[in-house]
Amino acid sequence: MVNDRFGDVMVVGAGISGIQAALDLASSGFRVYLVEKKPTIGGKMSQLDKTFPTNDCSMCIESPKFIECDRHPNIEILTYTEVSAVEGSAGNFKVTLTRKPRYIDEDKCTGCTTCTEYCPVKVPDPFNQELSLSKAVHIYFAQAVPLVSYIDESCLFLKDKTCSICEGVCENDAIDFGQTPEKMEVKVGAVVLAPGYEVFDPKLRGDYGYGTFRNVVTSLDFERLLCATGPHEGHILRPSDKKHPHKVAWIHCVGSRQVIPGGNTYCSAVCCSYTQKQVILAKDHVPDMQAAIFHNDIRSYGKDFERFYQRAEKLPGVRFIRSYVSIGREIPESKNVTIRYATTDDGVKEEEFELVVLSVGLSPPADSREIASKFGIELDAHGFCWTNPTNPIESSRAGIFVSGAFQGPRDIPEAVVTASAAGALSAQLLKSRRGRLSRERVYPAEKDVSQEAAKVGVFVCRCGANIGRVVDVPALVEYSRTLGNVVHAEESLFACATNTAKAISDTIRDKGLNRVVVAACTPRTHEPLFRDTLREAGVNQYFFDMANVREHCSWVHSKEPEAATQKAKDIVRMSVARSALLEPLQEFSLPVNKVTLVIGGGVAGMTSALTLAEQGFESYLVEKASELGGIARRMHYTLEGLDVQAFLSDLRKKVYRHPLIHVITDATLTHASGYVGNFITQVKAKGRVRDIKHGAAIIATGAEEYKPREYLYGNDARVMTYLELEDRISKRDEALMGSQSMVMIQCVGCRQQDRNYCSRICCSGAVKNALQLKRVNAQMEICVLFRDMRTYGFREDYYREAAGNGVKFVRYEPQDKPSVEAGEAGLRVCVTDPVLRKKLTLDADYVALAAAVVPSAGSEETARLFKVPLSPDGFFQEAHVKLRPVDFAAEGVFLCGTAQYPKHLTETISQAYGAAGRALTLLSKDTVVASGSVCEVNEKLCVSCGACITACTYGAIDFRDTPRGKKARINPVLCKGDGLCNAKCPTGAVFLKHYTDAEVFSQIEAALAESTVN
Amino acid sequence: MAGPTEYKPTIVGFLCNWCCYGGADLCGVSRYQYPPYLRVIRLMCSGRVDLAFIFRAFASAADGVFIGGCHLNDCHYNPEGNYDALGNTLMAKRILKHLGVNPERLRLEWVSAGEGIRFAEVMNDFSNKVKSLGRFGSSEGIDRAELKSRLEAATQLVPYVKLVERERLRVPVRTEEGYQKFFGSEEFNDLFNELILDKLAMSRIMSFLRLKPVSAGELSEGLGLNPCEVAKHLDDLAGEGLISFDENRICVATR
Repeated sequence: MVNDRFGDVMVVGAGISGIQAALDLASSGFRVYLVEKKPTIGGKMSQLDKTFPTNDCSMCIESPKFIECDRHPNIEILTYTEVSAVEGSAGNFKVTLTRKPRYIDEDKCTGCTTCTEYCPVKVPDPFNQELSLSKAVHIYFAQAVPLVSYIDESCLFLKDKTCSICEGVCENDAIDFGQTPEKMEVKVGAVVLAPGYEVFDPKLRGDYGYGTFRNVVTSLDFERLLCATGPHEGHILRPSDKKHPHKVAWIHCVGSRQVIPGGNTYCSAVCCSYTQKQVILAKDHVPDMQAAIFHNDIRSYGKDFERFYQRAEKLPGVRFIRSYVSIGREIPESKNVTIRYATTDDGVKEEEFELVVLSVGLSPPADSREIASKFGIELDAHGFCWTNPTNPIESSRAGIFVSGAFQGPRDIPEAVVTASAAGALSAQLLKSRRGRLSRERVYPAEKDVSQEAAKVGVFVCRCGANIGRVVDVPALVEYSRTLGNVVHAEESLFACATNTAKAISDTIRDKGLNRVVVAACTPRTHEPLFRDTLREAGVNQYFFDMANVREHCSWVHSKEPEAATQKAKDIVRMSVARSALLEPLQEFSLPVNKVTLVIGGGVAGMTSALTLAEQGFESYLVEKASELGGIARRMHYTLEGLDVQAFLSDLRKKVYRHPLIHVITDATLTHASGYVGNFITQVKAKGRVRDIKHGAAIIATGAEEYKPREYLYGNDARVMTYLELEDRISKRDEALMGSQSMVMIQCVGCRQQDRNYCSRICCSGAVKNALQLKRVNAQMEICVLFRDMRTYGFREDYYREAAGNGVKFVRYEPQDKPSVEAGEAGLRVCVTDPVLRKKLTLDADYVALAAAVVPSAGSEETARLFKVPLSPDGFFQEAHVKLRPVDFAAEGVFLCGTAQYPKHLTETISQAYGAAGRALTLLSKDTVVASGSVCEVNEKLCVSCGACITACTYGAIDFRDTPRGKKARINPVLCKGDGLCNAKCPTGAVFLKHYTDAEVFSQIEAALAESTVN
Repeated sequence: MAGPTEYKPTIVGFLCNWCCYGGADLCGVSRYQYPPYLRVIRLMCSGRVDLAFIFRAFASAADGVFIGGCHLNDCHYNPEGNYDALGNTLMAKRILKHLGVNPERLRLEWVSAGEGIRFAEVMNDFSNKVKSLGRFGSSEGIDRAELKSRLEAATQLVPYVKLVERERLRVPVRTEEGYQKFFGSEEFNDLFNELILDKLAMSRIMSFLRLKPVSAGELSEGLGLNPCEVAKHLDDLAGEGLISFDENRICVATR
């Protein structure tokens, strides 16, 4: 093996964050080494069953990215590999790696698992949290990349050479017991550090009987129990007797928010929502289950989390109980476990549960100190990575960037955003090297099948149990074989697994298939993957059709397996009928204009424009106000102590001075047209109207502070919002700073019916301002009236500090809101304390309101111009909540900052880098591929009525003179493939390829073929 | 033979890729349940749904047809194809009603990609509606073969309807109310009767005659049309040379 390797960036840790960083960099012209210490890429996300708040199947959305990494010519994956040393400096690192022996020759192993079958040694399966058994030689999980086995130390040969049966049964001679740890050196310019997190281990302190009582499991254990690929194929069976538990308790904050030795003081930021997810899913599996959730504050601070919480809370038989708990005892006969908790009515109660799930928090990687010393970086007080307060992607060592949960506890979208951000910053460091080492993907030549009869192959996916548990898959395969033109049909456990995709390619070639139907999930997520599989087999990618038997069948008819199976047959029949008529189409390249339009000149917009400019990409930064800065102009300090105005003026200076950024203030957008790579947007500013041509757009229009109508705001000068308070504190307003008392009221204008979301930043805002006030005037009485304190992540420490400094926190119930009355001397605030069940009267010199963060006024107009959606709450709706958090479904348009959802300044900065990183994957290319599904004209049928020309507002159709008169002509570059002209054409002369009348008719006929028999 | 099984309708659904199909996906992801009647055809835009698709689905005995698009003004495409879907649906309902098909068997709804729950609600509601109407033809009280021939006649007329729509039936105001108002107006009613109904009757007469030559009386009875009207149409058709009469005044289709 070559020991001297050369690349651009090394990404260390191949969880979802590392994967995203690698993909972004590889797609924007850099050669990437993706290093992972586990035997496969995937990280923690691959162990999750579903993801909140949409309950998307975790593996289903993540595994296409595995394949993308695996197939990417610019990504070299090194699994079972650890970093031993990092020498050199930014731009020129030498990384020493150690590859652990797998005792398997990766090049020879086919992933057939025969060795696993014969291996006599059963070991607890780490992927299934040791809840089930695997063998000493096995593949980490079914969708692993690379899909090869590894042998762990429990192997008898490795112990004492008593068994080598795997060697005997492997037909490819892939077993190699001669392997030893292998050292290699890789030279790279930058490092992205994404080692993720560790799940808090309650065994260490014996918390809540974990490790002693068999029916106490962690939330990650439960995640595996829920999962179709888990220890019991998705049946929730408790460990002691493998029976369905009917009464389950969840305990929040295990290992989080605890100031005790061995606990973590911070909030882990994800547990509230994942618990709600587990409750919803568990109730779906076992509808009569009784669930009790013992919680502290419910921290539903993310986009759509509040609704998700309400959904869990409203389920029958689900109780959310606000109480600290202690574990009682295990009942010897039943192995049930009791929990003691406090109630407001009956005092302390003890209740028995059949299963107890501990919602464990996120700890830093177990080896974080080792990581720090190897990489030469600093850690923070909690053992996570120290990051630069003005740039949360930077570590203490130049050229080493951080992404994902190593920055601190966070959920998947933030891990993805920071990955794109780390990609953008690595690219900035290495801008001169872009494109030097990168390679293009090469596909085999496309086979001409125009003279062949249709030969359809049908591949039915079980999707673990997602489809297979409801739809009778073998019967569906059998049925498929009876359909016309079908020459091959088979089932697979996961059609999207790397080996299956490859097997499909092989089958296409071996069986000479020229049409492929995959009956699995939705084409909206998986069509690109399977089209690619066809290309791999040398078949035109448009000879593919996807039969959606999951989202549109097994998942929505889960209680009616027979009807669902019948429907699945119908769906496949429709697909097969359609596939026979499909035609090969060619995609074409469109040039990419390298200019970006950044809409909104706040911190988000300025940061993304600057990131692009630093890498040589021009941008227009348009701002509706007359100066740059956005809402940050009204901020002065962050909770962590950043001087916002100093940061802002520095940023503004850099933006104004950069020759590649054209700032347009007092600007309004009046019109937008075009498509990815080639937009034209009309901007009006100071009486001047101009057309800006650009290839990408970043929407960073920010948000606004709600103007309260509550609590005397506007009628009494002593009532103010947090931004107003912050302003007065920063000006050291004497009256305010010298006052005796202040009451702060949380959740003003949100978490209510008309604004059913949490504004995310206000709890930290209250703590931030309270601490500032206390610092100046320690005698001041400050009382915060809250519903749930949502100081998630490390912000929890400041909450604790505030409480320690004498700031009082009093909870109130939404149905019994506080009241504020103006008196002569001061303000009088009344609130009912739900614990004491007493009305409290508080006299205050001032009242400050946590006014909601609301979408900015122009959002709807901007959304309309760029054809992008808004969420029900009026914020911009990203393409995918989890995995495409700064993209829109419409290509070439990106999103960052509070336009997406309320967020803290550091989160905005990360997201702005992330949006720039995503835009770079487009801008770094000279061309972008456009769909082959566009319209065409059959001139013989054209009667030159012009109906199509009127229908097309893209201007893609005009008349051309022919010897037989004027005929419609389509410019495929401008055609967007909506097919409206096709529907308007009276003669059928204009037709939309891939969605022709004949193809649709075939689907209609096939849909109804059986029902007409009845 | 097994006993009579429960009636399970079939609904053909045309869903736009960007909104309604996404909503249906999200509905699945969220595990909201609805009856297994829908058979989805994915199109890029609801404006791609041709009148002919609707008629063909009913001619093939669909019990319901569903069209799902983006909310108005939220269409993924510049030309706002969902307005076309709205116009087509209102026109189709009108023609269906005239053919004797209950227009409630056709439904258009706007569902965004974020509205999984709404998709389930819409599907539950429409499924129940279609189920309550019974099998295609049953609530109409018309033989299915007869309905099929009427629908085929309507399909024949689609090119003509498209031309007429473009020239004479333009909707003046591009809002949902504007469309509803226009398609419910006297003006539309008159134009519809004048431009489309006569053509539709003639199209049906031609379809009938192509099967076998019959007398004017038989035509009027077979098609359920007023004898005067039939006579007038026969005159016109003869004038255009599309039919002729034999010595017993039996009409014969010449083309």
